[in-house]
Parts: sequence; structure tokens; C-alpha cells
Amino acid sequence: MCLAIPARIVSIQGQEAEAEIGGITRKISLALTPEAQVGDYVLLHTGYAIAVVDQEEAEETLRLLEEIAEFSEM
Amino acid sequence: MKFIDEFRRLELAQGLAGRIRQNSKRRARFMEFCGGHTVTILKHGIRQLLPPTIEMLSGPGCPVCVTDNADLDKAIALACIPGVILVTFGDMLKVPGSRSSLQKAKAEGADVRIVYSSLDALELARQNPDKKVVFLGIGFETTAPGIAASILQAEQEGLKNFYVLSLHKLCPPVIRALLDSGEVRLHGFILPGHVSAIIGSKAWEFLAKDYGIPGVVSGFEPLDVLQGVDMLVSQVENGESRVEIAYRRGVKPEGNLKAQELMYRVFEPCPARWRGIGEVPDSGLRLRPEFARFDAELVFSPDPGPTLEPKGCICGDILRGVKTPRDCCLFARVCTPENPVGPCMVSSEGSCAAYYLYGQDDE
Repeated sequence: MCLAIPARIVSIQGQEAEAEIGGITRKISLALTPEAQVGDYVLLHTGYAIAVVDQEEAEETLRLLEEIAEFSEM
Repeated sequence: MKFIDEFRRLELAQGLAGRIRQNSKRRARFMEFCGGHTVTILKHGIRQLLPPTIEMLSGPGCPVCVTDNADLDKAIALACIPGVILVTFGDMLKVPGSRSSLQKAKAEGADVRIVYSSLDALELARQNPDKKVVFLGIGFETTAPGIAASILQAEQEGLKNFYVLSLHKLCPPVIRALLDSGEVRLHGFILPGHVSAIIGSKAWEFLAKDYGIPGVVSGFEPLDVLQGVDMLVSQVENGESRVEIAYRRGVKPEGNLKAQELMYRVFEPCPARWRGIGEVPDSGLRLRPEFARFDAELVFSPDPGPTLEPKGCICGDILRGVKTPRDCCLFARVCTPENPVGPCMVSSEGSCAAYYLYGQDDE
């Protein structure tokens, strides 16, 4: 029930936004993440964006995991 | 999909699993608090990648599963009041209460509607001014801020027919209760990613400080969970206990302050009953007195009668990590997703449902 999926913000009107999720667009609320900008990815849970995805952190994590894969015994 | 597919890359999963097998020397028992993590572990075959030194236990992190029968009966009683539209997330529909379920009540004529968001419940209230729209507020810290925002919106719009039955629960107090009971010995926690997006990793620091147990906040893709296990193994092997974040793209140490502010503007902590665990102080959320007119419990005083527990069901033991679904004599024989006896077989993230769907060939 705590499922949240990444959605990309397409446009913002006040506290509401249009967001794209895997090719589908729906209206979401930015009441919990007023800092979200067009183009940001947010974690969408029951119609509310609960966090703005930190893209730099995502890339950093993947770089770390690539390093681990390089050095670990499979 | 972006931020999903990258975190399912096979070669990176193999790398993490390889490092875990290399590093893990001591026997360790980890609890994944969240039902969503149990699903990831079983669905993606993560158990089979882990060395025999590591045992993973499911925890009580499934809001539908931990809802006490007495509370569920209240929701069903509310649905049966003439003029009420009971609005709920879909997972709750089939959970059997003492004598009925929301699905049975609906079949018998109660007006029960399923929605994806509390915003949809607000819309139902606007469209049905002659009805009383009661939203079944189930969920953890992930869900409660959105429902708080909906109540504030209803107040702002002057909606007079919108109510919430607040059965929300808070996660840190129940982990404390589990540890204080001493029933299960644990060496680490995979902590809930989306609860932590709201409350932050700082809210878990008591695990290391008061109990000397490490915790890692993890996301829900296979690489997120494997990274969480890898970080726990490192701490266990080094004799350390810290709270760390594996899910850095979604979780900050302080969490989402705006969401916390809205949640605590509308709700305040209260004691709550957890299935199988009992009453845990300050582990629930009730509406503050200034929002009493939205409180379905105060406004309608539902009277569901005495509570009955399903015979033979061990959901309570499973939620405490004392037993697994395989220990239940009803599992997959009498109790199935089509005909569930207990809530852990109903919810898509219930342990029993996850074992039934993905774990039958396991072990």
C-alpha cells in the first residue's frame, strides 16, 4: 500500500500538475511537494507526489553499483 | 520506465549478490519491515541469490494486514448506515471482519466505492451533496499526509459531507514494540522506503542508539533491496550499528518536512491496535479536536458489536515475524487469494499473498 511510482511532471497549475507515468498522463497533487518543477520526476502515491526524485543521487547510486559489480566475484 | 528499469539491471544484481556472498560470514537475521519489500524479494528471486548465512523475515509493514478486526468491523458498520457512501482503497474490500467484509456489505446493498486517491473521495463528496461520504483512512506515514491535505481542502471548500475514519498507523513505535517484546532476535532492518520519504532516516536512529541494531532504508526495486542487504551485511561483519539510506534518490535524512507539517496539523498521535501485536502507544493518528467535524467515528458512532477472530488463522504471528505463511495449516489449502481467511492473504503486499503468488517453489 506504500507503493509509489516515478512520474514525470509535464505541467503545473497551482497545486495541481499533469504527470506522465509510463505513457499515461494523469492529474496529481503537489500539495506535499510544492518545490517540484516541470520536468522533475516525483514519487507518486495515491494521487500525491510525496518526494521529488533526486536524479544526481540516482546516477551516483548506479555508478556505485557498477563499481561493485566490477569488483565482486559473481 | 525511468528510475525503474535501471534498478533492475541483472549484471548489477549479480554483482551485489556476489559481494554479499563474499562478505557474509556471520549468521544474520534481517527483517524487511515492509510488505512491498517482501513482494520484491519473492517476485525477483532475491532469496535464492542470498547465502545460507542470511535469513529474511517479513515484518508488520502492511497497513491492510495490521488493521484490527474491531476497526474493520467499524468500517463495515459505517458502510451499512443509510445515506453513507463508504470510500476505500481497493485492498480493503475483501478483508474478512468478524461477521462480514466490505465486499459482502456492498453485495447486500451498502454503497461502497473503490478509489485510487483521497482526492477521488473529495470529488465524490462534491458530486453527491445529499450523501455522507466517509473515506476509510488506512495507511502509514506515506499515506496520511495526502489524507491530511484532502481534509484541509474539504475545510477550505466548505464541504459539509466529507468524513474520514482514521485508522492510520505510525511505523517507528511498532518496531519498538516488536523489539521490546523480545520474541524475535534480529540483526538488522530493511526499513520502509516510502514511509521514510516522509519521516526521514533520522526517525529510525533509535534502532542503532537504543537497541544497537543496524537499519538501512531501501527502495522497492531488486537492486534497492540487494543494496540494503549488502549495507546491512557490511555493518554486521564490522560489528557496527548505524542507520543508513540505500534509497538516496527518494529519501533524505530529515524526510519531507512539508508533508510532516500537514500530517501533524490535522492529526495527532494516539494509541492504536495492531492485529497480532495489540495496542501500541502513540502508534496511531486521530483527527485533532479542531477537525472533529470530519471524524467519522465521532460523528456516526458506529457500533459493530463484539469482535470475533478467524479460527486457525496465524496472521498475527506472521506479522510479528514469529511464524511464516508455511507454518499455517490453512495456507493455500483453505486460505487462498480467492477465498482469504486472514488479511495477509488479501492484500497485494501481504506475506501470505506474496508466498502464494511467488514463493511456492521456494525452499
